[in-house]
Amino acid sequence: MSKRVAITGNEAVAQAMRQINPDVVAAYPITPQTEIVQIFSSFVADGDVDTEFVTVESEHSAMSATIGASAAGARAMTATSSQGLALMWEVLYVAAGLRLPIVAPVVNRALSAPINIHCDHSDTMGARDSGWVQLYSENAQEAYDNLIQAVRIAEHADVQLPIMVTMDGFIVSHGMENAELLDDEVVRGFIGQRTPKHWLLDVDSPATFGALDFADWYFEHRRQLADAQTYVKGVVLEVAKEFAKISGRDYDLFEAYRLDDADFAVVVLNSAAGTAKAVVDDLRKQGVKAGLLKIRLFRPFPHEEMVAALAGKKAIAVLDRADGLSTMGGPVFVDVRSAMYDAPGPKMVNYIYGLGGRDVDTEQIAGVYWDLARIAETGKITSPVTYLGVRE
Amino acid sequence: MSANAKAKEKGWKDVPIGGLILEAGSSEKYETGDWRTYRPVWDQDKCKHCMICWIYCPDSCILVREGKMIGIDYEHCKGCGICAHECPAKCIDMRLETELQAEGAAAGAGAGSASGATSGGEAGGK
Amino acid sequence: MANLRELTKKDELLCGGHRACAGCAAPIIVRQALKAVDTPVVVGCATGCLEVTTTIYPFTSWRVPFIHNAFENSAATVSGVEAAYRALKKKGKITRDIQFIAFGGDGGTYDIGFQSLSGAMERGHDMVYICYDNEAYMNTGIQRSSATPKGASTTTSPAGKVIPGKVQFRKDLTAVMAAHKIPYVAQAVPSYWNDFITKVQKALAVEGPAFINVLAPCRLGWQFDPAETIDIMRGAAETCFWPLYEVEKGVWKVTHKPREKKPVRGWLEKQGRFRHLFRPENEHIIEEIQADIDRNWEALLARSGAA
Repeated sequence: MSKRVAITGNEAVAQAMRQINPDVVAAYPITPQTEIVQIFSSFVADGDVDTEFVTVESEHSAMSATIGASAAGARAMTATSSQGLALMWEVLYVAAGLRLPIVAPVVNRALSAPINIHCDHSDTMGARDSGWVQLYSENAQEAYDNLIQAVRIAEHADVQLPIMVTMDGFIVSHGMENAELLDDEVVRGFIGQRTPKHWLLDVDSPATFGALDFADWYFEHRRQLADAQTYVKGVVLEVAKEFAKISGRDYDLFEAYRLDDADFAVVVLNSAAGTAKAVVDDLRKQGVKAGLLKIRLFRPFPHEEMVAALAGKKAIAVLDRADGLSTMGGPVFVDVRSAMYDAPGPKMVNYIYGLGGRDVDTEQIAGVYWDLARIAETGKITSPVTYLGVRE
Repeated sequence: MSANAKAKEKGWKDVPIGGLILEAGSSEKYETGDWRTYRPVWDQDKCKHCMICWIYCPDSCILVREGKMIGIDYEHCKGCGICAHECPAKCIDMRLETELQAEGAAAGAGAGSASGATSGGEAGGK
Repeated sequence: MANLRELTKKDELLCGGHRACAGCAAPIIVRQALKAVDTPVVVGCATGCLEVTTTIYPFTSWRVPFIHNAFENSAATVSGVEAAYRALKKKGKITRDIQFIAFGGDGGTYDIGFQSLSGAMERGHDMVYICYDNEAYMNTGIQRSSATPKGASTTTSPAGKVIPGKVQFRKDLTAVMAAHKIPYVAQAVPSYWNDFITKVQKALAVEGPAFINVLAPCRLGWQFDPAETIDIMRGAAETCFWPLYEVEKGVWKVTHKPREKKPVRGWLEKQGRFRHLFRPENEHIIEEIQADIDRNWEALLARSGAA
């Protein structure tokens, strides 16, 4: 029987990990992910999981050991945040290149400097081209649900890719919410067993993992990696469909909230979507046709579906909780705008918001919609990239 | 066609994912014997089968069967000369490949090409 | 105690066709180490000469399962593999006993991989870490490492007009690993193959982590005739530049005491990397190196209760 509980994002993720019961977890504590590691440690200490928990001495070793375990044939997980993910950067690419279905919750936190422990998305955005699949989560429920689905997606024969499941640091990781947890047996039945085709510990068929490619082979192997990304979308939807059967909760590549007939759309990731939805409801009451697109699958980028959902809007604002520092907007904006290039063109603008845990409120998001209405009316963009909520 | 050239006929759809090599010990197909300037020439009669050359060879090229040396794997021997230098019985001579090949050509025997031949026994083996 | 003829009957787990330089010590070390193994073994390796020369796609020289991850994480990677082994064995997915060996060069072990090694040893993973120490970053072209001995000329510590090669003495990593209080630590050279193979056997036999530091002359970086690889390693032991010893459950023991400790001068002379030390203005460095060796050797003897 599933049960409704009051739970923080970190607790929900730790519970999902307990239910997944991975063979190996190698992790290193970092704020605001620390609780996940602590809670999971208590599961290990109490015998609630069979996991070999490797208490590594750094995030680099966390990812390295997870890669070793996954290559060995185990279901392997880690978890991190911010600087920890940055320290893993080198080996994130190895995990993807070796095609290892590692699943890792990442609690979004700003990157130094200045050092800051609060939420923004600069950590996972920095890993967006590593070959990892990225699922973003608005709240604890979604983080929990995404993590369970991630196991199936990662290990799918057509995918064989690592996945990070993100949620917003403190806002979600430490915020108490109501969420529904599935029954342990239901989760275990849903994820099944990992059955790798080739695994390092298969000593009767000795394979070499991590060989050196010169220019004669590297391109072919990277082309395979690109090909795998094309199957992700379909598998995400397939797994979501099955997940709906055990949970009653529907998932898609993104959530379109009152978007169909909207004139003005905001694109956003993670917890700010909750705030934005309240604004949409409020504006709708005022007769403004506001809508929202909340991205769930950011990597690979579901561009075709997104274009179909956003085509015909009068104006679109993309909200980025990370700055690309390219002077042409944040990473989500760059992708969405690029995807929309061939679509009959709504005007598009970008807002960088919430860096380092800066609150974003309903008034600010309502202001974004009013900006869109003005842009649609005048046809003029005065500021393509706006820093929302920074003191001038 | 060399094993290397043959492999390169394959495209990205034809090989295992993740850069995996599934054929253990496949480098045996890659010949390094043509790196050699000097060739170790083994005098079977002087050999005491002490296995000193075998334990020191970096290229796994000393061929042994049932505790006895049976030859040298010239497909992979790079001619480092460790075997000759360490042999207590002094039964391995390092000879210039060019000279040996000239001699071989003069004798018309076709033996002793830079790679592919094996002294005293079969190629490959363990 | 290993018997050579008996060893020849074991499978050759590293085959020919790898692209290490002629006379390279690394594959000799690997071949000998793998002769010590009686159960299936899984090998991990740091980025470096050994890894790049033995796994050039689509060719692998390994007849055992092999994993390379990156430069600084051979120990962390194998600790994950070993953890997976324990997990899968517990669940009955693996029934056989498997041993684990991680290899790394001095760069991947003394320097960039040191944290990963230290962590894995402290956590107590049941693995043997073998460092093939060629005393510089050979794979990238002979740059100095913390294993490079004082006076050696490398491409980043070149013997110049005012600085005569590497200024610092080398890091004593074997002692550092002994300070981790792991069950087995040793220093070896493959010239004394029996000593080395016996050490690997002991290292594999202990429960928990073991570390073996093996000197691995690089003919290119050290500049000598490749035929002399074994001889150079022998000289390192005979001069006590690289003493052969082990630390078994905290007990230090010299495993090879040269009949006559040879002066280091003759050994340095054979290697191009020390050539500049024989200029009159640098002669004092040879004396310093000798004094350092003497001091370390006496300390080792004292520690071993053999003084």
